[in-house]
Amino acid sequence: MTYSGFRVIREALRGDLGWGPAWRDADPKDHYDVVIVGGGGHGLATAHYLASRYGVTNVAVIEKGWIGGGNVGRNTTIIRSNYLLDGNEPFYEMSLKLWEGLEQDINYNAMVSQRGIINLIHSDAQRDAFIRRGNAMILNGADAELLDEAAMRREYPWLNYEDARFPIKGGLAQRRGGTVRHDAVAWGYARAADRRGVDIIQNCEVTGFRTKNGNCLGVDTSRGFIGAGKVGVAVAGNSSRVMALAGMRLPIESHVLQAFVTEGLKPILPGVITFGAGHFYVSQSDKGGLVFGGDIDGYNSYAQRGNLPVVEDVCEGGMAIMPMIGRARLLRMWGGIMDMSMDGSPIIDRTHIDGLYLNAGWCYGGFKATPASGLAFAHLLATNAPHDTAKAYRLNRFETGHMIDEKGMGNQPNLH
Amino acid sequence: MIIDHPLFGPRDASEFVYLGDASLMDRPDWKSETAAQDFHAYAYLRDNPAGPHRELWFHEGGDRSWLVITRDTVTHEITRVELARDVARKQRAPQ
Ligand SMILES: Cc1cc2nc3c(=O)[nH]c(=O)nc-3n(C[C@H](O)[C@H](O)[C@H](O)COP(=O)(O)OP(=O)(O)OC[C@H]3O[C@@H](n4cnc5c(N)ncnc54)[C@H](O)[C@@H]3O)c2cc1C
Repeated sequence: MTYSGFRVIREALRGDLGWGPAWRDADPKDHYDVVIVGGGGHGLATAHYLASRYGVTNVAVIEKGWIGGGNVGRNTTIIRSNYLLDGNEPFYEMSLKLWEGLEQDINYNAMVSQRGIINLIHSDAQRDAFIRRGNAMILNGADAELLDEAAMRREYPWLNYEDARFPIKGGLAQRRGGTVRHDAVAWGYARAADRRGVDIIQNCEVTGFRTKNGNCLGVDTSRGFIGAGKVGVAVAGNSSRVMALAGMRLPIESHVLQAFVTEGLKPILPGVITFGAGHFYVSQSDKGGLVFGGDIDGYNSYAQRGNLPVVEDVCEGGMAIMPMIGRARLLRMWGGIMDMSMDGSPIIDRTHIDGLYLNAGWCYGGFKATPASGLAFAHLLATNAPHDTAKAYRLNRFETGHMIDEKGMGNQPNLH
Repeated sequence: MIIDHPLFGPRDASEFVYLGDASLMDRPDWKSETAAQDFHAYAYLRDNPAGPHRELWFHEGGDRSWLVITRDTVTHEITRVELARDVARKQRAPQ
């Protein structure tokens, strides 16, 4: 069934009895051309692009829980392409362009909202750094705009411009950035892939890889062995655990990141504000809740919940820059487990086992990458060669010295 | 999290800074034939287990001692806290 305005009206007149499930909850077959492990945004997007762009439709997405139960349903939904380095910026800009056409491509309302994102500037040195970043973005075909304090005050009159430590002196805006309804991304990609014949298999945990003479033959799962021509792993925060089943140690630590949402409020915040110096960022959801977050907790964790010191730190950041947030009541807070890589950048690559491919290391910024990650991973799986925009995301870059370290922090995952 | 410091007793984890896997104490031999691979593994590859994890914490807001803490990464429960210098001495003592 194709979704359209006409369909909504028709169903409204017929008591909404004609809507079927958006995708089939499939049982595993014995063999697929491609098995994708992980039904998060990246795995589902990979399946969609494999089927729609590369004509590979005998595909299964295997998810240990339910699709969308991982980070794709836990993130703060911000999309942007404001990176500095050559290895990253063309990739993230491609992702933003894919977001712009996503809803037509998958025939699903993912509520892509290009409401703009602004990184706050507090000092001359920071302005210089952001001018450089903005120029790098423009050179790569993205948009960037430098705002002075007066322009900031016009757009966001209620920010705290007089903070003694971090007075706001301007901002770097990317108008095409914004937010996307995260669950709808998982559901939309799942539905689009399913319509082309992809099997989405839930409650099916991968427990091992079967290999013979250095070739991957398929995966052992909690629902039996599933044979595969190729296996692509996209399990985000669980990358180290899953790849350990294939005998690999990854340049990754798993860390917890927390997020917060307040009660619904009237529209106050038109775009996304990031206060990097104070570890706080915020946007307002379409339901009215202020969605905000800050730094990762900073120690290895698989707990999917964080600790109180970071809650305090994030709230202090919020109070410093946006004092009125103190009047809002917090509704919910939660944590997600992310694969923090050694240089803060992702990995989309082959492995030492033929037919086994890895998509990992997305840190706290992998939601915005979902379309590009899916497309690049599909390209790699279908052609065995890296996508043009993902050539830098090699697994061996830590051996060869070609790290992509946006923050210049070195091999300390909790500082990226 | 509360870290039971061997010298001070229970302290709030926010007094401490996290470094990473305690294997960072075992620096490879730079004179070895395989030093390049060994240092790659040492500097970049991690076990990253779900479960008990031995890790280095620095008491920055305290006595600036390094600790080796055994903590479960699934529950955050801390089961053992040692001074890193004691661990290092034990490791280096002739067997
Ligand atoms: C609090 C928070 C806020 C964030 N905010 C942003 C943001 O604003 N912008 C942004 O760009 N990014 C953000 N991120 C990061 C982003 O959410 C992740 O990088 C991205 O979602 C990871 O890719 P994914 O969607 O495929 O992961 P997931 O949705 O986690 O998918 C991985 C799936 O693999 C499954 N799996 C694991 N092990 C197995 C197994 N053995 N067998 C089968 N399946 C398995 C898991 O159940 C899971 O469903 C945030 C993350 C968090 C936690």
